[in-house]
Formats: sequence, C-alpha cells, structure tokens
Amino acid sequence: MRTLYDKLWDSHVVRDNGDGTALIYIDRHLVHEVTSPQAFDGLRMAGRKPWRVNANLATPDHNVPTTQRAKGIADPISKIQVDTLDQNCAEFGITEFKMNDIRQGIVHVIGPEQGATLPGMTVVCGDSHTSTHGAFGALAFGIGTSEVEHALATQCLILKKSKSMLVRVDGQAGNGVTAKDIILAIIGKIGTAGGTGYAIEFGGEAIRALSMEGRMTLCNMAIEAGARAGMVAVDDTTINYVKGRPFAPKGAMWEQAVQSWRDLVSDAGAKFDSVVILNAADIQPQVTWGTSPEMVIGIDGKIPDPNSFADTVKREGASAALKYMGLQANVPISSVAIDKVFIGSCTNARIEDLRAAAAIAQGRQVAKNVKLAMVVPGSGLVKQQAEQEGLDKIFRDAGFEWRDPGCSMCLAMNADRLEPGERCASTSNRNFEGRQGQGGRTHLVSPAMAAAAAVQGHFVDVRDIK
Amino acid sequence: MQKFETLTGIVVPMDRANVDTDAIIPKQFLKSIKRSGFGPNLFDEWRYLDHGEPGMDNSKRKLNPEFVLNQPRYKGAQILLARENFGCGSSREHAPWALLDYGIRAIIAPSYADIFYNNCFKNGILPIVMDARTVDQLFNEVQANSGYQLTVDLPSQTVRTPKDHSVAFEVDGFRKHCLLHGLDDIGLTLEHVEDIRTYETKRKQAAPWLF
Repeated sequence: MRTLYDKLWDSHVVRDNGDGTALIYIDRHLVHEVTSPQAFDGLRMAGRKPWRVNANLATPDHNVPTTQRAKGIADPISKIQVDTLDQNCAEFGITEFKMNDIRQGIVHVIGPEQGATLPGMTVVCGDSHTSTHGAFGALAFGIGTSEVEHALATQCLILKKSKSMLVRVDGQAGNGVTAKDIILAIIGKIGTAGGTGYAIEFGGEAIRALSMEGRMTLCNMAIEAGARAGMVAVDDTTINYVKGRPFAPKGAMWEQAVQSWRDLVSDAGAKFDSVVILNAADIQPQVTWGTSPEMVIGIDGKIPDPNSFADTVKREGASAALKYMGLQANVPISSVAIDKVFIGSCTNARIEDLRAAAAIAQGRQVAKNVKLAMVVPGSGLVKQQAEQEGLDKIFRDAGFEWRDPGCSMCLAMNADRLEPGERCASTSNRNFEGRQGQGGRTHLVSPAMAAAAAVQGHFVDVRDIK
Repeated sequence: MQKFETLTGIVVPMDRANVDTDAIIPKQFLKSIKRSGFGPNLFDEWRYLDHGEPGMDNSKRKLNPEFVLNQPRYKGAQILLARENFGCGSSREHAPWALLDYGIRAIIAPSYADIFYNNCFKNGILPIVMDARTVDQLFNEVQANSGYQLTVDLPSQTVRTPKDHSVAFEVDGFRKHCLLHGLDDIGLTLEHVEDIRTYETKRKQAAPWLF
C-alpha cells in the first residue's frame, strides 16, 4: 500500500545511490528569467548542453511590465534579464513564450494551461511556487539555480525522499470560503514550518470538491507551510481539465495515459508519517495580519495580542509584525482600511479567480480611499478569456486597472509596487516584510475578499456583500 | 565549489524566527545575471536606512546602526547564528550567494526551510542544525562576549566553543562528502549516464506521452 507520493517517487528513481539519496528523473522543467541565467552560464562554461531539450518550457514573468508592453521594458536591468532568457532559449533550442506572445504568463499558470504539466510527472522550476503543479497528481517542487543547471544538464536531480503528510479537509466549505481560505487556515494551523521536510497530500471531501484552479491555489501555498511539494490525487476533475490542451496526449495515447493516471491516488490504508485534519465548516474567509502567512485569522476575528503567545520567539515575532504592519492588538480585522488592492499572482490569477473577483466588483465602485486596485491576469490566454467573458469591462467600470500578465506586485520586481507604509489587500502568497515594496504592508486574502475590500475600502466579510 | 573542512570565525547573531530569503536578499537585486557581488546587499532593507537599488554605490549609503551586521564587534563574521525556519520563502539561490559573498561560511539554527538548506550545500556553506536550547545558549554567549568565535569541524561533525565545550551535529553523508571535497554534483550525476539512458528507454515504453 503506497501513498501518491510513494508512487510518484518510485516511478522516477533512476538509481538508488545507497546513501539515503536517489537520482530522480525530471519530466518537465519550467524556466523563467530570474533564476536561469547563471545556470545557462554554468552549462556554457562546462561545455554542456541540455540533456533533453523538449522537457523544458520557458517564459519571462517576474520582470515584465504590466502596462504598455508594446513599448518594451523601461528598466534597463530588467530588460537585460529578459533578453538573456531569449538569447539562452534561442542558443539551446528551448521553447519559449516570449513577452509579447499571447501564451506568455506566469510560469505556474502557463504550464497547466498548455497541458505541459501532466499527472504523474515530476515538475521542477527555479521557483518555490512550483508546488502548484502538484494539483495534477504530479511531484512538483521548487529548486535553486544550481539544481536548475543540474536538471538542464542531466534531466535528473539528486534527492532525499521527504516524509509524507496527509492534510485532510473534511466536510463542505461554506459559502464564500475558497481554496485560498482553506490553505491559509491550514497554514494557520500547522505553521509556516509545519510542513518542513514533508511532501503534503491534500485530501478529504472539501479538497475533492475543488476545481483544478482551486487545487492549484492550494498546492501553490504548500511551500508557505514549509513543504516543498503539495499534491492532490487524480480524479475526473483532473482528467477533464487536461483533455485537449496543446501539450496533452491525443487519440490512443490519451486513452493509455488516462488509464495510467487513474492509479495516481494513495492506496486505501497507505500510511502517512503525519496526518492533520480540518473541518471545512469551521473555516471562515481568512485575512493575514502579520508578516508570515501563519499570522492569519478569520474575517470575524481580532488582531491577536502578542502577549497571548506562550512561546518567547513567537511573542517577539508577533510584536515585531504588528509594529511593521502598523496595527494594534485586539482590533477587529474588518475595521482595517486599505490603500491598494492586488488581484493576481501564481496563487490567484486564473480565470476562476478573476470571475470570483468580478462577481463582487460588478455594479460597484472601488472605494475613494483606495489609491489603486489592479487586476493582473496570470497569462495572455487567461486575459483573452476574461475579455471574452466581459470581465475586463466589469473591472474597469468599477475602477480597477486591467493589466498585462506577469508576476507583478506579488514580488514587485517590475514597476508595480507598494510605497512605504501602504496597506494592500493582496491575492498573492507572501506577506513578508518588503515583499510588495519596501515598507509595504501586505494582507493575504482570496480574490473575492480582495474585491470586497476594494469596494468597501477596508476588509469585510465577502458573505455580507449582497 | 569551495571546500569546507574546518572554520574558526566570529559569530553574528540574527535573533528572529522565520527570516525569509526576501529579507536575506531583496528582489531588486535578483535582476543580476551573475552569481557574485550580492554581499553588499545582504539583508539590504535592514542594513541600510535608505532604499537600495542595483548599481548604487553601497559605500556611500547610510547604515542602520541598530542592525546587527553593522555593529563593529561582529565585523568579519563568518558564522551566522539564527532562529527557527531560517531561509523560508522564495527558492532564490541569490540568498546563499549573498551570504557567501559577505563571508558567511556556516550557519547555526534550530531549523531551516528545505530549499534554502539544500541551496547552501551547493555553494560551500554548511547549515548546522542544533536544538533550540543549545542555540539559545549560544545566543547568550555571543551577546555576553565581544569577539566570540566558534570552531566548526566538519570531518568530526562538531562545533567547539571558546571554553572548549564541544557540540555534535548531524549532516547527510553525501552532502558532507561533497562539501569536504568541493564536488560539483553534475559531474557526479554524469557518471551515471547509462542509468539515465536505461531509465528513459523503459519510461518511454510505459509512458510515451512524456517524451
């Protein structure tokens, strides 16, 4: 009896090194401009070539501007990095969706969208949010640049098997409670290091009920719980999503693939090293209050008093977080006013996310105290689909800016950023100090909660927006 | 990669939990396409009073005197003492590159984030795990004694205090071997080219859609 993780691991062992490590085969390597240039340099210096060039797929996403893209990249250093990706992909023959290709987007949005992420694969990328792709019953995790070079040169990585954790979310999530709220509640429960050393499988009724977009949101933030990899077993939802995508198998090979993918579930009775159980009905729409994703409460909650933490390190952490965030203990989170809203990122920039935000924005106006509310689709194709559905018009009419795809203000490597002291309702994944701009204050929420905050000017329970 | 055998060096204490890689090296410096030169921007937002951007002359920027790296007693530190979950967040290898470029060769903490931990070994940095109580004690000793040094001995897997107290630590055999000899693991993997080819042939039959 094996877990899904055991099955994925076993099917990719090239060689057991006999010292606790194994050589693991990598099926798909996604590449972006920030963590790859030094790896390509390494290949050149050693006179090496990519082992299997068609296993790689590249796109620029971190540095790209989200406005006036036809004019190119204004920041000369960002431009060099994106140009370097173009040159490296051309030199080594790697498929790249360039900045002005409609298929360009955030690497973790385009992989699944193209069917380049398939069930049963090992997927790596020089980006911690590679865990996203685990939503497909794949083993997917982020790597550093040395490993990017290793994957390029050998199609393998030297790995030590992680421990396994099952996070089971039982029952049905209430109205207004999304995958984002579920994962934030999980992180709040197990902590930001709770999954360190583990590969997490998410299961239970509430997880099975999620769409692929929701499962991607969930697995995306496994790394925020400390786990390099998060995954969800394959079912009809997975297979229906993959079918017909450009890189997905077709015809007889599709039938063969589906048959094989049906086995990508943990066997009944398989043992996990750790099991965590949550009840979906207990989860409220979530808002983070501090500078770590584990610093999170329900929308009906109050900002905690640092003195309520027994552990000294946690108490000091909470104190420092409140100071940085400019917040007072015991204040209801719903009374906190915001300056900016960011709807986007590899966590929440897929079509379902934009629909959820648009449903709240429709017929309403961004509040006067909100200086900027921006929507950044995850890819050119998500943007196109949203425009076909008229979502861009809903957002624009409500006072949101409708931008071009990229990572944007999730990490503010391009021109989109918070100014010191600005407070943002953000659908991204990290509320670290300075993440969205030096001195910026980030509160992580779901797309619907971000849209609700935009129209009210402060955090509000999305279930109260009638 | 630089070898790591033994090291005696000044210890600098970083007394906060969950120090993320965004803090270790902020995103604006990730635009570089090189592996070196990140040291002056290590902990940039905490270390300087102004906002740092690539290309600035860092020697002319105003330092934050409160920040631990700027205190004269920790000048030239090679060992970083840290708290739980050090290096969490982004997978950026620029974080160990920045630490190394600054001069840090070993870190001591109760726990690390997985990707950061792994990235350290690829760059000749030894991340040592010690229980929270021992780490707490080391924090007290560092703070009480200016110029406090520790000796890290990788072959014997021990850390020695100035009073000759010795603390053992664990490290994976393979990682230890690579660090001791400064080995490039791509070279090691390429010794198994035949195994990779055999795997691919088998896999191609079982799952042809992957190729």
